[in-house]
Amino acid sequence: MSAKRLAQGGRIDRSQPISFKWDGMTLQGFQGDTLASALLANNEHVLGRSFKYHRPRGIMSAGVEESGALVTIGSGARRDPNVKATLQELYPDLEAFGQNAWPNVRRDVGALSGLFGRFFAAGFYYKTFMGLPPFEWGKGTGLWMQYEKIIRKAAGMGTASREPDPDVYDHAHAFCDVLVVGGGVAGMAAAATAAQAGLDVILVEQDHELGGDTLSQTGAGAAQRSELLSTLAASGAKVMCRTTAFGLYDYGTAGLLERVTDHLPLQALSSHTPRQRFWTVRAQHTLLATGALERHIAFGNNDKPGIMTAAAGRSYLNRYGVLPGEKVVVATNNDSAYQVAADLQQAGAEVTLLDARAAVSGAVCDAVAGIETRMGCVPMQAKGQHALQGLQLASGTPGNWTAGDTTIADLLLVSGGWSPVVNLISHRGVRPVWNAELACFVAPAVNEPVDMVGAAAGIWDTAACIDSGLRAAEAVIQRLRPTSTQQSAPSTEPVTPQSPAHEHGWENPILPLYEVKVAGKKLKCFVDPQHDVTTDDIRLAHQEGFVSVEHLKRYTTLGMATDGGKMGNIIGLALMAEALGKDIPEVGTTTFRPPYTPVSIGALKGRNVDEHFRCLRRTALHEWNLRHGATMAPAGLWERPWYFARAGETIKEAYEREAATVRQTVGLCDVTSLGKIAIQGPDATELLNRVYTNPFAKLPIGKARYGIMLRDDGFVMDDGTTWRLSETDYFMTTTTAHAAKVMVFLEELLQTRWPELKVTLTSVSEQWAGCAVAGPKSRETLAACMADPEQISDANFPFMGVRDITLHGGIPARIARISFSGERAFEAYVPSDYAEQMMDQLWQAAQRFDGCLYGLEALGALRIEKGHVTGAELDGRVSIDDAGLGMMASPKKAFIGSALRQRPELLRADRPQLVGIFPKNRAETFNAGSILCHADKIEGLGAGWVTAVTYSPALGHWIGLGFFEGGHQGQEGKTFISADPVRKGNVEVELVSPHMYDASGERMRG
Amino acid sequence: MIRINCPFCGERDHSEFSYGGDASIEYPALDAPPEQWHDAVFMRENIRGMQSETWHHASGCRMWLVVERDTLTHEIQAVRPAHPAIAQALEDEA
Repeated sequence: MSAKRLAQGGRIDRSQPISFKWDGMTLQGFQGDTLASALLANNEHVLGRSFKYHRPRGIMSAGVEESGALVTIGSGARRDPNVKATLQELYPDLEAFGQNAWPNVRRDVGALSGLFGRFFAAGFYYKTFMGLPPFEWGKGTGLWMQYEKIIRKAAGMGTASREPDPDVYDHAHAFCDVLVVGGGVAGMAAAATAAQAGLDVILVEQDHELGGDTLSQTGAGAAQRSELLSTLAASGAKVMCRTTAFGLYDYGTAGLLERVTDHLPLQALSSHTPRQRFWTVRAQHTLLATGALERHIAFGNNDKPGIMTAAAGRSYLNRYGVLPGEKVVVATNNDSAYQVAADLQQAGAEVTLLDARAAVSGAVCDAVAGIETRMGCVPMQAKGQHALQGLQLASGTPGNWTAGDTTIADLLLVSGGWSPVVNLISHRGVRPVWNAELACFVAPAVNEPVDMVGAAAGIWDTAACIDSGLRAAEAVIQRLRPTSTQQSAPSTEPVTPQSPAHEHGWENPILPLYEVKVAGKKLKCFVDPQHDVTTDDIRLAHQEGFVSVEHLKRYTTLGMATDGGKMGNIIGLALMAEALGKDIPEVGTTTFRPPYTPVSIGALKGRNVDEHFRCLRRTALHEWNLRHGATMAPAGLWERPWYFARAGETIKEAYEREAATVRQTVGLCDVTSLGKIAIQGPDATELLNRVYTNPFAKLPIGKARYGIMLRDDGFVMDDGTTWRLSETDYFMTTTTAHAAKVMVFLEELLQTRWPELKVTLTSVSEQWAGCAVAGPKSRETLAACMADPEQISDANFPFMGVRDITLHGGIPARIARISFSGERAFEAYVPSDYAEQMMDQLWQAAQRFDGCLYGLEALGALRIEKGHVTGAELDGRVSIDDAGLGMMASPKKAFIGSALRQRPELLRADRPQLVGIFPKNRAETFNAGSILCHADKIEGLGAGWVTAVTYSPALGHWIGLGFFEGGHQGQEGKTFISADPVRKGNVEVELVSPHMYDASGERMRG
Repeated sequence: MIRINCPFCGERDHSEFSYGGDASIEYPALDAPPEQWHDAVFMRENIRGMQSETWHHASGCRMWLVVERDTLTHEIQAVRPAHPAIAQALEDEA
């Protein structure tokens, strides 16, 4: 094969030469080239190695259907594998590499695996599980693990970078009246017409230029393109090139991938420009002008470099100014390749035209006057060492071919017919229907505003495509702007069809041809070149009992490569139909799924990476905490103080000191992240009484009560305190983790189940900043912040009391005397703007008592000592009895969950129940997440689990909370095992009451 | 991408909403026997076709809505507030 750049012609800019690197070699191309056209112009033919057999592969197309020229672009963190060279625009210093080959694609050691081809036949991977046929040699996992490694190494594509992606990606949204997908003539005509009528139109085109097939045409086609371009530019339609509509979803939603910088050299990139944009577009109406892809034909060695689609040959010639071969054979079964043959002959190639049909007539014959034309003739087998050198022909009729002579050729252009791109419409859940006359699948009618136009609707003639675009646009205008029809008169008369075939643009009907089978000839014919699926694989799968196309696809991997079967699917279906003795429509097609072409993971994630992976919530005291030495830790979406280390302290030293200080004097802790809900209205009391397990009907004004809520199914949902501020006004606190869930559930109850209750709910979590003041000196600390300390004397402010108190500086505070630590304690809330002033006052006072600031770790230690449950224990599988809080479930009233908590399974005495855990050897530690086992039965799921572990400064050793079958009663002194096989190992523990410190609760009172 | 026409906010993406459940369920009284509660909480039809379901406009007006949706095609036939008095008020206004 010898290809060369022509001195003139094409859409490349010869005044802008570009140098680039291919496998280390420096080559030259021009602005306007793709990597494929530039490599072809440099006479490079072997650009890849096939997936399984490592056969040399070259350029097979000029577009998205490419299955041979898959390359890796870039290096280091920007290494991008499996890029289609036919789509990659050339830019200065582009670096491209061949893949799946060693040492390189031109001489690949792995090609030897072609000798063992029989082991790689259909289902080879599954068969390795069963041992190698015929004697199931090596059956069993041991050996399989060994050759699995070899197969994995041999079969493959490019390799992704293991470094983090240095590029940024964006998400964007758009709305429009009409989304036109595809910027060929039909799409351009439709977009211009709709926009002229005042509709908001977006036209997307995956190429960097509009025009579609006319970009590869000279003469009339090129002129039509220019005319449409200027109409479109004046129409006001928004045009997005380098943008692929990869999926079509409900309600006119389309997913687009815009490649913003993939065509630019590295030095042109800025950190402010995303590499790609992921668009979600919502359109009132969608027109799919997605065109059609030319099909291949299965014949011997049809994957050899030097064999490509006829349209691709025309594209390289007319669009890129490359003569792709000198001795060219064009093989076709339809009219579309005749102009290709004519163009190549005119450009100086020596052309032979083979047509599988017995005879044709009309203008197509005039086009190829002077070209050697052989009717009833097809290629049977390609010859040549690496690239194409010759071709053995066959003649006859389909199903009855006989081998013929051999001809010399360095380029074979094949047209096996055209497949409209029906992928996007198929995403809407409809099955394409087979059109026997055109030998292709076309879209069925759908019950939503999506229409197919142009070649995507099976229309092949350029003028007829334009007409179909215009007519579709007129219909859309009628639908969306019924009044505007007077202003925009139809611009052309519909093209009158002269015959059914001519309506679609062909003078002579297509002759369906999928495979050239010659009796007695054993040929290697590829159906899906990207996954190395051959015609024999299809027949083998059928012999082995795979009759459904969906099974065939998965067993042979037909159509499962990065091209999604764009090249080979129809041939595969036709062969399966033949094997089954059925017609193609009976066999049907496999399901098309998004994306149409690959979408990078980076584009899907957009900006949601690193610190933006999820949203972050900070309390009003965040900066204050940081200024006072806090180390922060995530708690759900919140960042909360973890511990406040003093100079030289480790985390363990810090939290032990903090917890001990709270028990000895006083500590302050930011509790702003707790959920807070204002519950107001005449029926607020009734609502609370229905959702909490314990009675709320008689909670006095000025008092708080601890409450537990269950789900409908009887398991614990959340706990917290609720403060009664007035007859009709309550302030509920929830756990940090479940705040949103509780709010949603209460809203659901009030709106859907109990609409008769007059209650309003307001989330006030962010309006109030809170601080827990805990420890024996908490009252003195708080008292120092107010004018009259008597307000919070034990008599005036008893345990569980609630009061509005003004702090120094006129700060309005809402304070409750409640305790999570088990010490005398208060929770003080102020409007968030006053958060720091409150903390300044409290901290100044606390320091006088040698108090401390404490974080989550000390908070955890204190609550574990007391056996207070949190999210670690209330994990959705725990009943109120399991948590040891059964006495909080009122027997006198019904509440949410009261019916289903009575299910026998939830009342079993041997259910896992909350226990305290001590290590047998008090100097030992153990891990949260361990499994609790009986000492003589360390296996399986054990008999319980450990939820939380801390060092207890009050007890002087490690302690834990967990759940154990039947609870701790009667287990005193016995030895159990905290099993942690992959971390700590087994630790001997004993079970105790979960109330491990001040079980009577005296320290909270007084 | 389902679009839901919220009676209060207008047409929005389903990502603003969170799915609730089967809107045809009538929850029994709190003191009803466990069998009734069992059926209300656990027994569900797996409908192919039109289904009445609740959605919560969590990132919008916080209203619970009853949506008549075809589970096969995602076509939405009607959206109304779940709260009967509010639904009635909207109807009266219309």
